[in-house]
Amino acid sequence: MDNENNMMAERMGQPRYSTLIGWVGNAQLGPIYLGYFGVISLATGLLWFNIVGINMLAQVGWDIPEFIRQLFWLALEPPSPEYGLTMPPLNDGGWYIISSFFLLVSVCSWWLRTYLLAEQHKMGKHVAWAFASAIWLFLVLGLFRPILMGSWSEAVPYGIFPHLDWTTAFSIRYGNLYYNPFHCLSIVFLYGSVLLFAMHGATILAVTRQGGDRELEQIVDRGTASERAGLFWRWTMGFNATMEGIHRWAWWFAVLTPITGGIGILLTGTVVDNWFIWAQEHHFAPVYDGSYGYEAFNGEGG
Amino acid sequence: MLPKWFTNWNKENPTNVFGPGIIVGVVGGAVFVAAMIVAWGQPFATASTQTGPRGTGMSIPEFKSALAEGDPTIGTFITSDPIPPQPGDQLARDAYEEAPEILGDLTVANYDRLVEAMRLWTGIPTLFNGEDNYQTTVAMRMIEMTQNLNEGWDGHVNANGQVGVTCATCHRGQPVPSNIWFDNTPLPNTNMAGFAAVQNRASSTSGATSLPSDALSKLLADYGQITVHDLESRVAGSPSDEGYQAIQHTERTYALMNYFANSLGVNCNFCHNSRAFYDTAQVTPQWATASLGIGMVQELNTEYLMPLVDVYPEERLGHLGDAPKAACATCHKGYQQPYNGLNVIKDWPELATTGTPEYE
Repeated sequence: MDNENNMMAERMGQPRYSTLIGWVGNAQLGPIYLGYFGVISLATGLLWFNIVGINMLAQVGWDIPEFIRQLFWLALEPPSPEYGLTMPPLNDGGWYIISSFFLLVSVCSWWLRTYLLAEQHKMGKHVAWAFASAIWLFLVLGLFRPILMGSWSEAVPYGIFPHLDWTTAFSIRYGNLYYNPFHCLSIVFLYGSVLLFAMHGATILAVTRQGGDRELEQIVDRGTASERAGLFWRWTMGFNATMEGIHRWAWWFAVLTPITGGIGILLTGTVVDNWFIWAQEHHFAPVYDGSYGYEAFNGEGG
Repeated sequence: MLPKWFTNWNKENPTNVFGPGIIVGVVGGAVFVAAMIVAWGQPFATASTQTGPRGTGMSIPEFKSALAEGDPTIGTFITSDPIPPQPGDQLARDAYEEAPEILGDLTVANYDRLVEAMRLWTGIPTLFNGEDNYQTTVAMRMIEMTQNLNEGWDGHVNANGQVGVTCATCHRGQPVPSNIWFDNTPLPNTNMAGFAAVQNRASSTSGATSLPSDALSKLLADYGQITVHDLESRVAGSPSDEGYQAIQHTERTYALMNYFANSLGVNCNFCHNSRAFYDTAQVTPQWATASLGIGMVQELNTEYLMPLVDVYPEERLGHLGDAPKAACATCHKGYQQPYNGLNVIKDWPELATTGTPEYE
């Protein structure tokens, strides 16, 4: 009972409301709780962001128009390969190492936040562990694999196009990542996550008129919405998830995407250096018969 | 403006015209577009050249319109019939004081013919006119280069039958050929070192990508290592080891391959099965021709073009003071074969060999 109307007494900060936000989500905006780890995370994250940005600006001679023009091309690059795991000069990866340290602190602080806030709310830690699976991939790319390879140069550059160049070059250098079975698994879980999300979202929207949007109630006390949704999928594909199970399916698919991907990255260059040859050795890649480029070249061409 | 009865009728019979209007518009538009495609044909039709076994997806797609157009410079190629020497013909070295040693043994008729053509091909009217100009000095070396190209690099230049190379193949009537390149690294204004100083800029030598801008200078002038792959599933080594081909080297090779593709108007599949770029058992015949081309360009740059750095005036040099250099696009100009495979050498035996020209 709250006869004294003290419900708001513990409340910190003042919520705000926005019609615009209400169109896409809950109209209430804030209050946001930062706490120690939130402040640490924001401060170190901002330091990382500024080190990257100011390095980019320095690379174009402090020319703002040029900075804007080349923004998608610019990057803060990891050290050149010859420095190994030593501290390189600031202008050849030193700033990269420093900024990466701040990014590491920032991301880990944010993870602690998700854990501690869940604890304060007496929630399960599902969000924290899901986030941890993404952090696993992040740590593999920027920390574990470079250490195993013996050089910080293996880390991913901080830049829009440059990190895409890195991704392509990484695949090419190690003999085509498509033949890495963990990469395959990661793709399965990634596309699977998308499919499950679409199926689940569509199912719930479709049975909202029967009360299906009250998913928690449907979990403990299955109603006609769950029955209809289940019947629909059984008739469609012979099988259906449950109101609770679908969320476990979705959670595991999402979490396994970076876990399997991270394993695949960690094995690349450390255990396997040419995935296509590895795949042929393990009868994972087919061998085509026939020569290349025969009559085809008599055709059109400029 | 409208008659009163019409306005009144509309007022009394309110109708939502937008819904049906949108439906009719969308359906009608789709029908119109479909009818146009059927009647006039696909405006962006492509033709594909299959480059590998069925099922590998290896093909080079090109717009039919671009194929039909061809290389617009083909019609501008100037040539004339060779004049077979007769016994007693005067030689150029006896007739002209300014005739260079390398052309001295030509008959006067053929010397005149060649010099006139070279002036037109390069757009430089002062070549071999007796004046002391740098163009003439460069041209003498370029004649040697062209002869070497046609003779020593026959395997690349005449890979699909006689095509040959003349001054016009690069110059196309311009005193300074298009698609030449200069050293560009470390990049202007950068204060970085190592790999950070040579990439992540939309430069002319990176093909406006963020890949390294030093691919041409490191790999086509400095004889850097292009291959990056390990040929066994596991090979020990660390990027910090000397000679290890790291991701950064891979990006440099990728930049070079990107340049190759743009220079010839093709894609990876022209030479490689892209599932295994390194595998010489899965490449196309063009890969061998291109590999010869790499060696050819390296020789052109190091033996002929770069040593001319002291001959050029300052405005012909790059911003780092280096001589202009050549690569695929300098001859190919975006086509699989320069001049689309026009045989430009057949009338010019003087340029086809380092030895004595053979007239039919």
